[in-house]
Amino acid sequence: MTTELSVSLWRGAQNGRYETYRVPQRQSQTVLDVVTFVQRHIDPTLSYRFACRVGVCGSCAMTVNGKPRWTCRTHVAKVAGNGKLEIGPLENLPVIKDLATDMQAFFEKWRQAKGAFVPTQTRSDPVAQIKPDTPSRKAADAAIECINCGVCYAACDTVRWNAEYLGPAALTRAWTLLNDERDGGNIARLQAIAGAGGCHACHSHQSCQELCPQALNPTAAIAALKRRTAAAYLKGEIKV
Amino acid sequence: MNVRLYLWQRATAAVMAPLVLVHIAVIFYATRHGMSAADILSRTRGSFAWAAFYGLFVLAVSIHAAIGVRNILTEWTPLPERRVDACVVFFGLVLAALGFRAVAAVVLW
Repeated sequence: MTTELSVSLWRGAQNGRYETYRVPQRQSQTVLDVVTFVQRHIDPTLSYRFACRVGVCGSCAMTVNGKPRWTCRTHVAKVAGNGKLEIGPLENLPVIKDLATDMQAFFEKWRQAKGAFVPTQTRSDPVAQIKPDTPSRKAADAAIECINCGVCYAACDTVRWNAEYLGPAALTRAWTLLNDERDGGNIARLQAIAGAGGCHACHSHQSCQELCPQALNPTAAIAALKRRTAAAYLKGEIKV
Repeated sequence: MNVRLYLWQRATAAVMAPLVLVHIAVIFYATRHGMSAADILSRTRGSFAWAAFYGLFVLAVSIHAAIGVRNILTEWTPLPERRVDACVVFFGLVLAALGFRAVAAVVLW
């Protein structure tokens, strides 16, 4: 086992460059551990984002040896077989500094895709009884564990090519809400995702489902949205 | 691509799928039987069925290909949407004109 890692980190903003550091390799070391080591022991000016360190908050995603990954749950031994790591900011998002990207566009597209729950009842009403074995509940369950890490967004070729495209996370959120029987915003949601940057822009390359750290399948959700919006359009429920 | 263009592209693909199979079968039939151009034309000229078959084919191809090229131009060029639309309408019309000219050449007397 190599005792020292060669770690290239992106430094600067959009027009930055990679700088290489030597970091001791340890047992069960994660990529986030490596980045943290550099900041704590080599260069305290290194900027990056993390919070929970246990794969819940979704804030530590970075590009690791060419692929977007959640760094807190990515073991170095899994991705740096030759003792080399290249860690950069997520693709498809503007770089603020070093490894921190501006996630505003990512979350703005959630809003555009009507990713907020639209209640149909008040807190005075009885709690809705949703049976866990209904098809809609199962479909909602399939994507409900999204942690908004941005890995799918960074991995998506269509996002790279089409600035309007809402992206896998926002569309998967829309699919989850479409299957939520308590939600009352489905027509507006279908309308929002049927336009130029909506679900039909997806090429089904499936990078999102290949790299999603939660093992979700945004491609399947988007395919279902294509069918649902097409049916709504043919029925005259939405217009383009 | 919006839902309307998506449906047009899927619908024209569905139309083309059986037409392509018949078209390939016709090519095999003509070449395996050593048919000359004159033999083929003697069977297609005046045939409403072949005119309808290839006419529908040309129409479906023109729409389907234009939508596909629109996607490519949207994603791979900095052209504004209106210019992309103008380009692909022109492209679709050229395909249709060339296709219908070819259909006319084999079915009209």
